[in-house]
Amino acid sequence: MPVPCKRGCGNNAVLKRPKTGDAICKECFFWAFETEIHYTITKGKLFNKGDSVAVAASGGKDSTVLAHTLKTLNERYNYGLNLMLLSIDEGITGYRDDSLETVKQNRDDYEMPLKILSYKDLYGWTMDEIVAQIGRKNNCTFCGVFRRQALDRGAAMLNVKCIATGHNADDIAETVLMNVLRGDIARLKRCTAITTGSEGTIPRVKPLKYTYEKEIVMYAHYKKLVYFSTECVFAPNAYRGHARALLKDMEKIRPSCIMDIIYSGETMSIKEEVSLPTQRLCIRCNFVSSQEVCKACVLLEGLNKGLPKLGIGKSSKVKKLLDEYNTRQNNLETAVKDLEDCNITDKKTSKTCKNISNGFKQKECNATNCCTNKTERNVEKNNEKLQTVLDKYSLENNSQVKLDEEDSDDSEIKHQDEDDTCSSSCGRLGVGF
Amino acid sequence: MAETLTVEVMFGGGAELLFNKVKRKEIALPPLKTFLPDSQNQNWTLKELLIWLKDNLLVEREELFLKDDSVRPGILVLINEEDWELHGQLNYELKENDKIMFISTLHGG
Ligand SMILES: [Zn+2]
Ligand SMILES: [Zn+2]
Repeated sequence: MPVPCKRGCGNNAVLKRPKTGDAICKECFFWAFETEIHYTITKGKLFNKGDSVAVAASGGKDSTVLAHTLKTLNERYNYGLNLMLLSIDEGITGYRDDSLETVKQNRDDYEMPLKILSYKDLYGWTMDEIVAQIGRKNNCTFCGVFRRQALDRGAAMLNVKCIATGHNADDIAETVLMNVLRGDIARLKRCTAITTGSEGTIPRVKPLKYTYEKEIVMYAHYKKLVYFSTECVFAPNAYRGHARALLKDMEKIRPSCIMDIIYSGETMSIKEEVSLPTQRLCIRCNFVSSQEVCKACVLLEGLNKGLPKLGIGKSSKVKKLLDEYNTRQNNLETAVKDLEDCNITDKKTSKTCKNISNGFKQKECNATNCCTNKTERNVEKNNEKLQTVLDKYSLENNSQVKLDEEDSDDSEIKHQDEDDTCSSSCGRLGVGF
Repeated sequence: MAETLTVEVMFGGGAELLFNKVKRKEIALPPLKTFLPDSQNQNWTLKELLIWLKDNLLVEREELFLKDDSVRPGILVLINEEDWELHGQLNYELKENDKIMFISTLHGG
């Protein structure tokens, strides 16, 4: 039995909107869906006329719908944006290689330039190779930390004003819930922000912040948008999976709970005595970090030294690992030598900047001289840095103990913000999906 | 009496991965009383269709598709391209040549 469209347009309704409960026809749905995103963009002042904007594209439903909608709105409302697609190739066989094909389809369909950056080029390791080293337990930590920085680097190369990500209302509600469940007040405070990014970084914006997942999927279906849907082949995070399942169960009973949780997150006030980590620049790669050496650099050093657990476990374990490592190396000088050798090797073999060898600004890192002349002046610095770094792992991480608990295997990912965690790819698949 | 009911089932958004990657399939349902003698319904509804799918087409673990007697929250159901929430959900009575689509929202974005 046909249900008439709530808007009185005379058409039959095709879906019930979760946000309002209204029955609505296809045309009115498209209009409402796009107009609400337009409203989110203008009210949040996400863009300025003439901006270059990178859409973080995974080939999945959210980023595909985001790219499509931004193109539509850019033309309809004369945003004057220069839109492009930015994809990260983690090097996960059977997952990312397939989804990148979808991204290339997006590039052709939406006539946007596409930039693909790979972990292999940036860090010297694919996720497949990392998983071969570390096993499947903590791979989301690596993936999330590397992806976050990879997007920053890609955005810098593209010289964009901001990065638009496909996080939807369900994702954000889930993150609020997760941060409550973990007692993670620092992230709780940040995770509902529509624009994130501190000084010196390229801001991330979330135009789909108030858009329900159901509507994104229905929109893609009715518009016949091609997207890629599969699960990440690596182990998902069980805790997040439970949070997601809980949220979906509650949403079924009362769909407005998604908006209500976001609202709660937005309006919750944080007691002043809760100390929030301050942002600074990583002494090695110069990207924003809350530590002297950023997580990506620590993880990478672990990988390159054959200590893949470095930076994952508790600080006491990190210290133990490093002590063992140093014993193996006989003394610190050997370790320093080792680091120098690494740098020299890097100079010869790679044109692409690698964290292990860098102490220079990303901005300088575009020419063929990237990791050559810039590295020279940093080799000597690294000697003292290494000492600092080694001390640091055992000392400063004390403030981090809570976040470093082993069972919260992706807790480190969101150290700075929620943007580039596996929650936008594999993390959400927690209950086996 | 012994007439079968023909409907088309479709799977998308990753739900096809639970059904051996089958994206669409025409199925012939036997009279309801031969499939489920104890059923309280006279005619096939979506509720019985889910049971039939579980018994006949589902290859992955059941809990990835079903929860209690319905689909797992996060799987959308379209009846002839329309949201099943407009059509009584589980109580929708199947008609000849209906197209029933299951779309997962739970796969990566
Ligand atoms: Zn209408
Ligand atoms: Zn760094």
